[in-house]
Amino acid sequence: MSVDLWRDKGTQLDRQRFTWKELTPAPYSKLNADAFTRVRVILMNGIEADALRLKHAMAKVHRDLQPLLAQLRRVEQHQQTLINWLHPPDQNPLETTLGFEQVAIEVTASVAQREPDQYLAQVYRFGLLEDFDHLYRFGALYDRMEGKDPNTITQSYTDILPGRPTSIEHRHPTDDLRLSYDRFAAHPLTKLHALAITAAEFQTHDYYMTIGPMFSDPGARQLYAEIASIEEQHVTQYESLSDAEETWLEKWVLHEAMEVWCYQGCVAYETDPRIKAIWERFLDYELGQLALARKTFEDVEKRDVQTLLPERLPEVIDYREHREFVRATLNREVDLRAHGTQFVDKAELPASSPTHAYREHLNSEGSPSETVAAGWRWTPGTELTALGATPKGNGQVKKGLKQ
Amino acid sequence: MKSTTTPGLNRTGLAASPQDAGKMLEVTELTRPSSPGLAEDALVTRQLYAKEAPAPHGTMPPPASLKEAASVTFKALAGQKATVLIDKLGERLAFERAGTRLYEGLLAKFDVFGTWDGGPTRAQLERIHRDEHDHFLLVKGFIERLGSDPTTVTPSANVHAVASMGIVKVISDPRMNLQESIEAIAVAELADNDCWSNLVQLLRGTGHEELADQAEEALESERDHLRLVRDWIAAALASTGALGPMRPALRRTLRQGKRAGPNQSMRKQLQGAKAKAKAKAAKPTGKQLQAKQKGTARKTVISRAKSASAGGKKKVARRASASAKQVRRR
Repeated sequence: MSVDLWRDKGTQLDRQRFTWKELTPAPYSKLNADAFTRVRVILMNGIEADALRLKHAMAKVHRDLQPLLAQLRRVEQHQQTLINWLHPPDQNPLETTLGFEQVAIEVTASVAQREPDQYLAQVYRFGLLEDFDHLYRFGALYDRMEGKDPNTITQSYTDILPGRPTSIEHRHPTDDLRLSYDRFAAHPLTKLHALAITAAEFQTHDYYMTIGPMFSDPGARQLYAEIASIEEQHVTQYESLSDAEETWLEKWVLHEAMEVWCYQGCVAYETDPRIKAIWERFLDYELGQLALARKTFEDVEKRDVQTLLPERLPEVIDYREHREFVRATLNREVDLRAHGTQFVDKAELPASSPTHAYREHLNSEGSPSETVAAGWRWTPGTELTALGATPKGNGQVKKGLKQ
Repeated sequence: MKSTTTPGLNRTGLAASPQDAGKMLEVTELTRPSSPGLAEDALVTRQLYAKEAPAPHGTMPPPASLKEAASVTFKALAGQKATVLIDKLGERLAFERAGTRLYEGLLAKFDVFGTWDGGPTRAQLERIHRDEHDHFLLVKGFIERLGSDPTTVTPSANVHAVASMGIVKVISDPRMNLQESIEAIAVAELADNDCWSNLVQLLRGTGHEELADQAEEALESERDHLRLVRDWIAAALASTGALGPMRPALRRTLRQGKRAGPNQSMRKQLQGAKAKAKAKAAKPTGKQLQAKQKGTARKTVISRAKSASAGGKKKVARRASASAKQVRRR
């Protein structure tokens, strides 16, 4: 389906309706579904959550728009429900977490390769190596706490390897801010990328903040606290890529276009026909919502939407493994560090950087991400398969107790 | 509905991704962990927290009422003994209450998925459901008799509730069929058997002989539940042919199950246990004996009324209910 961002009317808002039965569809199969179906479900849940977030913020400063925004939000909340309820009940929160990190790796890798702005592409590669490390840490937790193999979730599409170590990802807040694109000069794809990745990271943060306390293992609770903190850093980083001079209505139109772009990608790649039908339905819904945003934008701001959006959708997210790109980035850029809005080699990070003191204090009572993955290597069927019949001694345990 | 054991598209194994598996196998060699150590390092955190934990996950409440504080149990079992007993009674109460709901879930699945050769009948599931509910009420009565509060979630009840979370998930998942749900209930029945056995010991150890006798009856019926559940699972496996020729013992059990139904064997065991309990009790006076007989008769008739009405047999229920009234008048 060829989408026309200037003219398509999509499904009218008053026809975007649901029943409770529709909102709670049969979930996908944890064992049988393709890992990229789970990736799309996680991403689109985050995109819809962000749509709500933006419109709630808008409503706080636009009294006149409140009735329209309320109607839109209701539909978007229902869209989010339907998508989120596709997760199966036998998929535990840690398994869903592995899916979240796979989203952060594979979707960001696609974005990083297609991003026309070289600086922004660098930002995505920088963030990618951090989420890559998160998959490794959560993978170690899954193996060591539950005795399960994380590759059963990621299905061999994504390497489970250390990236930029999580323990050194903690930065002073001012080292997480980046330069934004220029709203007048940026390629439309640049704007869509920034919005989509920010939404995905926001949802990752919120998810970890919700499920972190549900774990009984203190190591797991610590790890979620640590990585949730970095997800907040990532939201700060990606959010700062969008031009802060954009008007609220401009941001709204761009967000709707980004949602259309994301659903189009889901339709293009989805292999499960039942779930593909959901993406198709929601693509039409989004086009209806974009039509309303276009009209409101043109009525209120007296500007032509063609100054904001291209007529045709740019290339969609490439839902496939990006192993070679990620490995190459890892080899080349793992030692980069953020210094203000720029990236430098770790040797060039000045001793005066506020990040040093910030990080040292946070890690001063131990690093959860180092502890959970101490000496851990992904092994098919868990590290226990490589240990042989006799378990290693508990010297470390005794040592820890003496501390 | 397609069986879960029919070959399909399970993608979890390495072999399911022949193109990417080779690349994944490189990962182990490529990994340079950012810190040395072993899996036990993660346990160190757990141990440190355990040492530093400011409080347990919960405690027993103070005596619920003056009645409890003044009760014979509290006086006789000063200190920890009384609270251990109440904690464990609270645990069984919660487990049996949850068990009732689990069997409701199984009945719902029975109606959708049906059974298999040697699998449960609806009547068997209904009976166990009733047993679980009866056991819940039985323990509730024990706790009240000891002057404690049966609505409290005791620490031990909490531990068992956490441990049973997966059982609830399997039975309430509509994608998991009756056979798979029976596998889950087997875990519950195994735990239940051990816990009732412990409870009987605890009641005897704290001098509650009469309650212990009643608990022993409950234990007997729980043993019967476990036997049934094991047979259903064995029959399911046997029906696939995966076990080879059916073992004679199992064939015998299944034949008996079809002919007489396990109801009968359970009743026999219960009757035996009741007789044993009665024999143990001290000889009552004439008046006590008369009162006891009236009570037993009333109980039996009421229970017949209850079970008849649950089964939808209205006429029988009316008859039984009328005779219950007669007994009350007596």
